[in-house]
Amino acid sequence: MQLTNRKKELDRKPMNFWERLYLPAILKGMAITFSHIFKKNPTINYPEEKRPFSAVFRGVQILNRDEEGRERCTACGLCAVACPAEAITMEAAERQSGEEHLYREEKYAAKYEINMLRCIFCGLCEEACPKDAIYLTQTFAKANYARKGFIYDKDDLLIPNPVTDPEGYNKAKGKIGKEIK
Amino acid sequence: MVLLQIDWFIFFEKLILIGAIITLAMVVAMYSTYAERKIAAVLQDRTGPNRAGPFGILQPMADGLKLFMKEEIIPTFSSKSLFIMGPMLAMITALLTSAVIPWGTAIDVAGRIVPLQVADVNIGILYVFGVISVGVYGIMIGGWASNNKFSLIAAIRGASQMISYELAMGLSLIAVLMISGSLQMSVIVDQQVQHGWNIVYQPLGFLIFFICALAECNRTPFDLPEAENELNFGYHQEYSSMKLGFYLFAEYINMFMSGVVMATLFFGGYDIPFVDEAALGNAWWVGLLSFSVLMVKSILFVFIFMWIRWTIPRFRYDQLMNLGWKKLLPLALANMIITAVVVLLLNK
Amino acid sequence: MSITEILFWLLSALSLISAILVISSRHPVYSVLWLIVTFFTISGHYILLNAQFLAVVNVIVYAGAIMVLFLFVIMLMNLNKDTEPQKSRWLKMAGAVAGGSLLLIMVAALRTTEKQMTEMGSGDIGLIENLGKVLFTDYVVPFEIASILFLSAMIGAVVIGKRDDYASAVPKEEIEEMKANREAMGIPGA
Repeated sequence: MQLTNRKKELDRKPMNFWERLYLPAILKGMAITFSHIFKKNPTINYPEEKRPFSAVFRGVQILNRDEEGRERCTACGLCAVACPAEAITMEAAERQSGEEHLYREEKYAAKYEINMLRCIFCGLCEEACPKDAIYLTQTFAKANYARKGFIYDKDDLLIPNPVTDPEGYNKAKGKIGKEIK
Repeated sequence: MVLLQIDWFIFFEKLILIGAIITLAMVVAMYSTYAERKIAAVLQDRTGPNRAGPFGILQPMADGLKLFMKEEIIPTFSSKSLFIMGPMLAMITALLTSAVIPWGTAIDVAGRIVPLQVADVNIGILYVFGVISVGVYGIMIGGWASNNKFSLIAAIRGASQMISYELAMGLSLIAVLMISGSLQMSVIVDQQVQHGWNIVYQPLGFLIFFICALAECNRTPFDLPEAENELNFGYHQEYSSMKLGFYLFAEYINMFMSGVVMATLFFGGYDIPFVDEAALGNAWWVGLLSFSVLMVKSILFVFIFMWIRWTIPRFRYDQLMNLGWKKLLPLALANMIITAVVVLLLNK
Repeated sequence: MSITEILFWLLSALSLISAILVISSRHPVYSVLWLIVTFFTISGHYILLNAQFLAVVNVIVYAGAIMVLFLFVIMLMNLNKDTEPQKSRWLKMAGAVAGGSLLLIMVAALRTTEKQMTEMGSGDIGLIENLGKVLFTDYVVPFEIASILFLSAMIGAVVIGKRDDYASAVPKEEIEEMKANREAMGIPGA
């Protein structure tokens, strides 16, 4: 069965004089390489130019806050259950009185860790979350020298507070909630 | 002083000329490394070095600095003096060729006619040939003194390849000599200025010479002494720091010099096409112009060398020997005999 | 003293020293390298005698080709100090006697040549035109005979090199089988 039409019959015929001379073939090859001088080169000079991400690019997760700056996560564990790579662990804690400005609900995540060496950036955590607390952003995990540097805890994941640091919040939020829905 | 009767003017004139030529060769070799990478990039739809300076033109300095900073390693069991001598010899023989090349028309310096040629010996071509044949030693000594089997194999490959291709090269040159009737480089160039370039009379001879020049410079498709996939790195495997730099540099100088020799022997040397230099006199700008013409011609050859390198794969060793001994040598012999017959008939 | 004379003494000293080092070096590779230096100094002498063609041919043929082959063989055989065979005392004495008598003959031969010594820098027989004319007129017969000698040596070397070792090492049936296989696969030139 022929899958493509690119199949070529191997020619075992003895070469004729011009083929045995090789020079025409060499000149042909050189013409091909020369023609590449005029081709556009696809290089993107990385630090100066960046390849635009697609609108649905899935990068590093953030833990979202509401507009008053309170963490949305309630440590329900649905993201950890949904995670096919088992990259997410968390510990829940109860909100004490006086912490209402920090946490939105009565239960919150005291510890929330994502192992970036395990994460496959599938985005299932984002889909599983009932509280809009976790999102995948348009950045990727930074390089690191040690394994433990790839285990992102709440400090690494939490979005900046929109009340105290609105600029940082908007930057981290990026296009989430605007173009993509 | 009566002890040494030297014409000091000639002495300094030659000294300055030698200094200028060596500097020129070094600069050209430096930028050949840059050009090689840039041309490779352009032919492969890439960008090439572009970080050091605008368009990366400071890349050769960065490379040189890097080589200087590298640790110098001399293998324990190698013969130390020979190990050091290898790159020196490679460099010296690469530079020696430039002595007999006429770099431009003679210029008038304060009432004195100064030829732009270090030594106009009456055996110019043979001198070039002798230097090429001695050029093997840099590779051989370096490869042997490294005390490494890959280096040794590479050195022996290089030496046998050079000896094999020297024969065809010499025979193709003899045909040129029959036309010009002299071994003197300046006479060969003059003859081309008057009667047209040798490439018109000797296209086959040029082709043979060009192929042999590729082989003598150890350039692809004849870069068997540096066949990475068989010999790790080739004859300079044990070298580090500037000694390695010397080997790599010598290769580029060789390439430039063979470009110059080809331009001189087959493409009229410093002859400006369609312009009569003799009518322009000996002003300095005429000398400079003719020199630039020679440079353009030879750098074009360097470009073709690089273009070939990034197009054609390497030969196998038996193919290399077959081509040299069974194809090029008889072809060069036939070319020589035909030229001899034609020259003889025309002279009668 | 003129430049030429200084150069002459310098070259003479150099060639003698390097020639002595050829025979006194323990390592054969060093011997060959010193021999190359000797050839270069001899070429220098040729240039002083205004025989530039001879000088450069000496470099091309001896230093550039023959010595490369020497070096080739020595490098491939990997001779070094440890493998050098100890020569017996008798052999050394015989060598000394032979060398001494050669020296005697040389001295005797050179003693009478005083008047025929070439003058420095003024002779022109070594220039390529004169040499070529002499070789192809006066000495054409010896020249051609020498070339035939070289040709026969070359053919001899090819005949020795071409002896079919492969056929004797591999059984004939196996070669036939290989050929049949290649033919079956349709590879040309089987």
